[in-house]
Amino acid sequence: MTTLRLGAARRVQIPLQLTVGVAVAAWLVAWLAEAPLSDWLTFSVFGLERGSHFGEAIAFFLLDVPKVLLLLLGIITVVTLIRGFFPPEKVRAALAGRGTVAGTVTAASFGIVTPFCSCSAVPLFIGFVEAGIPLGVTFAFLISSPMVNEVALVLLWGLFGPGIALVYMAAGLTVAIVGGLVIGKLGMERYVEDYVWALQGKGGTALEIKLTWADRIHDAWSYTKDLTRRITPYLLIGIGIGALIHGYAPTDLVAAIGGRSNPLAVPIVVLIALPLYSNAAGTIPIVQALLGKGMPMGTTLAFMMAITAISLPEFIILRRVIRWQLIAVFATTVTIGILFIGYLFNFLIV
Amino acid sequence: MKKIEVLGPGCANCVRLAANAKEAADMAGVEAEIVKVTDYAQIAAHGVMSTPGLVIDGKLVSYGRIPSAGDIALWLSE
Repeated sequence: MTTLRLGAARRVQIPLQLTVGVAVAAWLVAWLAEAPLSDWLTFSVFGLERGSHFGEAIAFFLLDVPKVLLLLLGIITVVTLIRGFFPPEKVRAALAGRGTVAGTVTAASFGIVTPFCSCSAVPLFIGFVEAGIPLGVTFAFLISSPMVNEVALVLLWGLFGPGIALVYMAAGLTVAIVGGLVIGKLGMERYVEDYVWALQGKGGTALEIKLTWADRIHDAWSYTKDLTRRITPYLLIGIGIGALIHGYAPTDLVAAIGGRSNPLAVPIVVLIALPLYSNAAGTIPIVQALLGKGMPMGTTLAFMMAITAISLPEFIILRRVIRWQLIAVFATTVTIGILFIGYLFNFLIV
Repeated sequence: MKKIEVLGPGCANCVRLAANAKEAADMAGVEAEIVKVTDYAQIAAHGVMSTPGLVIDGKLVSYGRIPSAGDIALWLSE
């Protein structure tokens, strides 16, 4: 039951199915009306010229902001509901005791489904080590989680079609698996803080949280509101940059730096992306604009992955459990993986 | 007096959980001491991998989500 408060004293109990039904219907209406509405707004109401730099930039902005917001609201809610069935505690149980290669692949795959709230990075890391999961396997998870997150995948699907989303997922998984295997082989265990090893074999909880569907839907919507609120600044900046690129960036410039004719395109865009950090959702509008200007898919994917996978805030948090040498190895391995993916997909996708 | 521990590094979720816990104690009419545990080793010792976690009188009752004040009040009354 959802409780609707009408005024100080009156409360109406609304059955869950009705609330969900109305919400889904409202979303569909907004989704279908959005494109024609923003087009009308830009060109009829504001009277901007089609094809003009400013007109196109504003059109991009007005089209993208509601579209991405709607996608986010819908997608995060659905994915969080699904994800409620895969808590990290269960993931850990599934990974413990598996062989290295199987474990690495499983860990990387789980990274897609599990949330990566930065504040959980440390407890998660400790939890994995506690259960005796090899370092490489843990890193496969740490690599895939922020990079191949479901928000990015579904946004890519919604905006560019399933092909691109699958390609991105495959690329991210590859970097995570290979990265995890490589780091595992390097024997960097001594660069993990001592207190983490001391906890090995202890802890673990048998507590299984029982949740009703009402709980799950409430949790999912609550998380969605919170996450969307946190993403929105990145999103607006991303859409702003995307709009500028769309309206103003000369196609020749993008082609010169990031285009096929430049063999150094991939390293250049990755280098630009390294110090930048954004939630995956924020990169999508930039990706959209770059693709529109003719940047090849591999280069664009590399750019997007570099922005999300390599983030200084995350490294600072991880510093609590691993030393800078290991963080450096982590960052380097991922960067090399991304460079490789960039070149590979430029080669494969014409 | 019940001891309620909120496990987490101190981000917004942990703050919200602590607020819910306080409200729950008032709702249940129970005297409770609310402690924030931010040390990672201690959090891990309870087996929590997704913060925030909630421990009442030494027993882990929730992790990975923010239970409502109503839910917490129920646990406090048990």
